Amino acid sequence: MKFSFTELIHRITDRKSWLESAGMFLGATVVGLLFGAIVIWSSNKSPIVAYTALFSGAFGSLYGFTEVLMSTTPLLLAGLSVAFAFHCGLFNIGAEGQLMLGGLAAGWAGYAIQGLPWYLHLPLALLCGVAAGALWSLIAGALKAWKGIHEVISTIMLNYIAFNIGDYMVSSNGPLKAAGIIPATPYVLNTARLLPIIPNTRFSGGIFIALVMAVLMGYVLWHTRLGYRIRAVGKSPSAAEYAGIPPRQTMLLAMAISGGLAGLAGAVQVLGLSYRFSSTFSPGYGFDAIAIALLGSLHPFGIVLASLLFGILHAGSVKMQQTAGVSNDIIYAISGIIIFFVALRGVLVNFQSRFSHKNATAKVQK
Amino acid sequence: MELSICMQGIVKSFPGVLANDHIDLQVARGEVHGLLGENGAGKTTLMNILSGMYRPDEGQIELFGKPVRFESPKDALAKGIGMVYQHFMLIPTFTVAENLTLGAEITRGGFLDRSKSESMVKELSKKYGLAIEPSAKVQYISVGAQQRVEILKVLYRGAQIIILDEPTAVLTPQETEDLYQTVNALRKAGHTIIFISHKLNEVLRFTDRVTVLRAGKVVGTRVTSETTAEELASLMVGRSVSLHVKKLPREVDAEMLKVENLKALDARRLPALRGVSFNVHAGEIVGIAGVEGNGQTQLVEALTGLIRTTGGTIRLDGEDITHFPTSERFCRGIAHIPEDRHRRGLILDFSLAENSILGYPDRISLRSGFRLDMKSIRKFCAKLMAAFDVRAPSPDVMAGGLSGGNQQKLVLAREFSRCPKLLIAAQPTRGLDVGATEFIHNSLLAERKRGAAILLLSLELSEIMDLSDRILVFYEGKIVGECLRETTNEDEIGLLMTGGRHEVLIH
Amino acid sequence: MNILSVFNIGLLAATLRGATPLIFAAIGVTYAERSGVTNIGVEGIMLFGAFSAVLVTYYTKNPWIGVLAAVIVGGLLGLVHAWTSITLKANQIVTGAAVNLLAVGIPNYLLIAIWNQPGASPMVANIKPLHIAFLANLPIIGPLFNSQNLLAYLAIFAAIVGQIILFHTPLGLHIRAVGEDPRAADTVGIDVYKLRYLCVIFSGMMAGLGGAYLSVAQLSMFTKQMTQGRGFIAMGAMIFGKWTPIGSLGACLLFGFADALQLALQTIGVSIPSDLLMTFPYVLTLIALAGFVGRSAAPAAVGKPYDKG
Repeated sequence: MKFSFTELIHRITDRKSWLESAGMFLGATVVGLLFGAIVIWSSNKSPIVAYTALFSGAFGSLYGFTEVLMSTTPLLLAGLSVAFAFHCGLFNIGAEGQLMLGGLAAGWAGYAIQGLPWYLHLPLALLCGVAAGALWSLIAGALKAWKGIHEVISTIMLNYIAFNIGDYMVSSNGPLKAAGIIPATPYVLNTARLLPIIPNTRFSGGIFIALVMAVLMGYVLWHTRLGYRIRAVGKSPSAAEYAGIPPRQTMLLAMAISGGLAGLAGAVQVLGLSYRFSSTFSPGYGFDAIAIALLGSLHPFGIVLASLLFGILHAGSVKMQQTAGVSNDIIYAISGIIIFFVALRGVLVNFQSRFSHKNATAKVQK
Repeated sequence: MELSICMQGIVKSFPGVLANDHIDLQVARGEVHGLLGENGAGKTTLMNILSGMYRPDEGQIELFGKPVRFESPKDALAKGIGMVYQHFMLIPTFTVAENLTLGAEITRGGFLDRSKSESMVKELSKKYGLAIEPSAKVQYISVGAQQRVEILKVLYRGAQIIILDEPTAVLTPQETEDLYQTVNALRKAGHTIIFISHKLNEVLRFTDRVTVLRAGKVVGTRVTSETTAEELASLMVGRSVSLHVKKLPREVDAEMLKVENLKALDARRLPALRGVSFNVHAGEIVGIAGVEGNGQTQLVEALTGLIRTTGGTIRLDGEDITHFPTSERFCRGIAHIPEDRHRRGLILDFSLAENSILGYPDRISLRSGFRLDMKSIRKFCAKLMAAFDVRAPSPDVMAGGLSGGNQQKLVLAREFSRCPKLLIAAQPTRGLDVGATEFIHNSLLAERKRGAAILLLSLELSEIMDLSDRILVFYEGKIVGECLRETTNEDEIGLLMTGGRHEVLIH
Repeated sequence: MNILSVFNIGLLAATLRGATPLIFAAIGVTYAERSGVTNIGVEGIMLFGAFSAVLVTYYTKNPWIGVLAAVIVGGLLGLVHAWTSITLKANQIVTGAAVNLLAVGIPNYLLIAIWNQPGASPMVANIKPLHIAFLANLPIIGPLFNSQNLLAYLAIFAAIVGQIILFHTPLGLHIRAVGEDPRAADTVGIDVYKLRYLCVIFSGMMAGLGGAYLSVAQLSMFTKQMTQGRGFIAMGAMIFGKWTPIGSLGACLLFGFADALQLALQTIGVSIPSDLLMTFPYVLTLIALAGFVGRSAAPAAVGKPYDKG
C-alpha cells in the first residue's frame, strides 16, 4: 500500500477563505448530528430528547461546562497531534496508543518519583508522558522512513500493542498495579497533579496547556524554518530532498512531535482528572482526534473549535445516556460520518479550486 | 483526393481553457499528415478526440466519408483508428505479448493462452518488420522497442489510421531513422499516418502535408514539399523567430568542477555511473548528450548529493565535496535546475514566496535564527519575479497556478540569484514553448558570460549543439566521447549516443 | 510443564481456524489493491459483517443466512467505499478510516439498542465443524480436519481460485492492468471504473465473510471490537504475500499460527503474562513487514483516483 497525502493536505489547508472552512465545519457537524439522529430514531428513541439531554448536560450548569472543557483538553491535544503529522504527510492513526502510553508514563512518574516540589514534579511527569508518546510514535516513523511501511498499518499494530502493555501494567500481576481490586496504578502524588482551580468542579486548567500548544503549533508550522521544512516534506518529499531537506529525518521529527502531543494528551488526562492510570482512561480520544484534525482543516484554530464540539458531545453524552438511554457509542458513528463528509467535501473544494487555478493561469498568461 | 478523415468544427473546452476552437482537419488516404504546433496548441486534445479518448463539445467527424461518433478508444479502434501515445500506454510489469493483446486476449477454455499469443505476436512482428521479443517484460526493453510494441498494438487491432503523438521525443537519432523506415513502410501498405510534432525538421522530413495549430485553432495547411522551416515556424508561433541562438566565443577560466572516476547505483541498485571523469571550467557550458537512462540523471543526483556515490571524487573549486550533504553543496556554490520542476524544483502547493527560498539554507539576509522572516522573503521573491519577468499577481499565489514557462522562470531566477560557481541545468526547456525557450537559452548564456561553470543536460540534441562549448556523450553510465562544439556535428554525436563508432562499419 | 507440548496437531488446526477470517479479508484487499484501490476499511467492514451475521442469525436461527447477510452488508459497504473513492475520488485512506470509526460506533450502539447488552450479543446458533470421514481418518494429520468448518475449506479454495483468476484469465489481466496503469487499460477498451467497482465490492464481501466467521463460526456471538485489528493484519498479509492470493494465504497462515501459539501458551499457563502474549500477532506483523523489503511489488496506481478527463 502506498499513498501520498499531499493532495489531501492541499485540499484541506489551502482553502480560498475562512468562510469555506467554516462552511465545511458547519456542514459536517450538521450532517454528523443528523446521521446520529437517524440512528437514534431508528432504534426507537427520540433524537430530540437525546440531543436536548446532550446539550443541557454540556451547557446546563457551570459544572457541566467545565466537564466540556475537561473533555476538550485531551481531544485538542490529540487533534493537534494528528494534524501535525498530517502537515508532514503522515497519517498518524496511532494517537490513541501514544496517548495510552503517555498516560501510563505520566501516571508512573506521578507516584514513583517522590520528594520533588510540585514545580519540578509536575513538569517532569508531563514530560514523561510526552517522551513515552514520542518514542512510541518514533517506531512507526522509523519503519516508514527506512522500511517504507505505511504508517497507517504500523500505528494500528502499535496501538494494539500499546493497549496490551497498558492492560498488562495494571493487570493482577502487573508491575505498576496498586493494591486492591481496581486495575490501576497507585494515585499520583499531589505534587504531580493538575488540581482543580474552580471550586466544586474537576476543572484543572489543563485546557490552558492545550491552548498554548495550539498557538505554538501555529507559530512553528508557519513562522519558523522548522515548520517550513516539515510542510515542504509534507507537500513534496522529492522537492524537499532536492532542496537539501532530509525527508526521513524530518518525518521522524514530525512523527515524534506528533506522538509527543498525543502523549501529553494522555498525561494531562491522568494527572488532571483520574489521578491514576488505568487502561480504560481514554474512551478513544485518539480516534476522535482524526475527525477533529480534519474537521478543523488541520489548522490550530479550527482544531480548537472542533475539539470543543467533540468535548460537548463527550461531556453531554453522560447525561444523554442517563436521561435518554442513548449510549455514547453514537459519538463514534457521528465522527465517522464527519470524516466522510470532510473527505468528500475535499473533492468539491478541489474541483472548484482547480477551476480557478486554470482561470488564474489564463489570466497570468495574458 | 480520397479523404480518410474529415473533422469539422471541432470544439473542446476544459475548465478555463478552450483547447480546440472550431478545428477543421482533412487527411487524405495513405498520406503521412503532420500536425504541428507548440505545446498547448491543442494537437493532443484534437487527436484524443479522434481516438475516442475525449468527446468533442461540438463538431463532426467523418471517416472514409461516413459520419462517426466515438464513445471510447475501443470504439475508435474498432473503426480503424489507433493512437500511439507520447507517454506509452504500456504496463511495465507485463510482457510484450500481454501488453500487445491486452483487452483482446487469446484464450483457451477461458484461460490465457500464453504460448499462442506469443507466437502470434512473433508473426505480427515479422510481418511488419518490427523486431520485438514477445516474452520480455516491457520495463526491461528499450524505449524504441516499447514504441514498436505500441505500433504493433494498434496494428494487431486492425488500425488503418495510425496517430503518432510526438513519436521522436524519446528516441535516439538511430531509432528515429528506424521509425522513418517504419512510417514509410506503413504508408506503402496503405495506412494513413498522422504525425504529431513540435519539431520542424522532423515534420519536414516525415510528412506529405502538414496542418499547423496555434492556440487551439488551425492556422494553415501546407504541402510539405512546398513549404519551409521558416514559414512553418512563423505559422506556429505567430511571429517570425530566430531558430538559432547567438553565442559569443568562450573565454575559458579556471577549472571549477572536477569529477574523477565517479561511480553510483540507480534505484534498482544496478550500476548507473561506471567511472565517469570530466571537468567544467568557469565561463564554459559543457553539454551532456545521451539517450535517456544512460546515467545522466544519476550524474546530476550524485553531483547534488541526492544519491550516494560508490566511488570516485567530486571537487568543486578545488574542494572535495564528494561526501557533503545537499545543503552544504548549495552553500559551496552549486545551483541546480532540476529535470522535473513539478516534482523537484517547486512545491506546487507552496506560494511563490515560499518557493523562492527552497534550497537556500545559507540565505543570511532572510534568516533570523529559528524564525522565518516572511516579510523579507516576500520582498526577495518580488525582486526575483521582476528580474525574470515571472508573470503572477503576487508572491502569495500558489506556484501550481502558474504556467509552465513562468514556473521554470521562477526556478531559474532562484537558482541564478546567488551567482553560483557551478550551475547544473537538467532539461531546462522541457515542455516550454518557443518564446520561453529563447528566454531561458539567453539566460544561460548570460550566466556563462558572468563566469559560471555550466553543466547542461538535455535530451534535445539541437539544444546541446546550440549552447554547448564542449559535449560529453553518455552511454551506459560512461562517457564514450568528448567533442568540441566547433569540430563536431549531430551525426557524430548521435552515433556516439548509441554506443560507439564500431557500429558505423555495420551500417 | 513442557513448552514444546504445545506444538502438536491441535496447534495446526487452531492455526487454520485463526487464519480463515484473515484469508478471506486478505484475498479481498488483494483484489481491491490489484485494481488500484486501497481499502483500509476492511477492519470496519469485518466488524459490521460479524455483527450482521449475529443479528440475522439471532432472528432466523440459521447461521448460514447470517453469513449471507454479512456478505451482503460487506458488499454494500464496499459499494460505498467504491463510490467515494472511484466516482467521487475522495482520499481512500481517510474514507476507509471513516468506515472503521463507523464500525466502532454503530454495532456497539445497536448492541445496546437491540439487546440492551453493552459488551456482547446473546448466544446464537453457530456453524458446526464439518466431519469429512476420509480426511479425519488420515493418519497423523487427521485431527487437523476434525475441527474445521466449511468456511475454512472455502477460504483455501478461494485463495487458489483467486490466484488462478488473477494470473491466468483475461479478467485477472484486466484487473492488474487497471491497477498498474488505468489510462493504458482504458485506451484498449477496458472499463476501469467497472473493474474497480467490482473489486472493491468484492473486497467488502470477503471482509464481511471474514467477520461472519469470527462471530458465527469461531464464537457464537458478537463481542465489542471483536476484530481486534484483523483487517489491518490482513492488509499486512497482503503486502507480505506480495499482492497475490496464494502469498496472502501463506502470510495469513503465519499470522494465524502466531495467534494460535499465543492462545496455546496462555492455556498451558506459560510464565509470560497473557496481555503480553496477546501482542504476538501484532509484533509479528510488524516484523514481517519490516523484514520484507520490496515495495515495488505494489500495484503502481494504488490509491490514485482515475480521472477519465
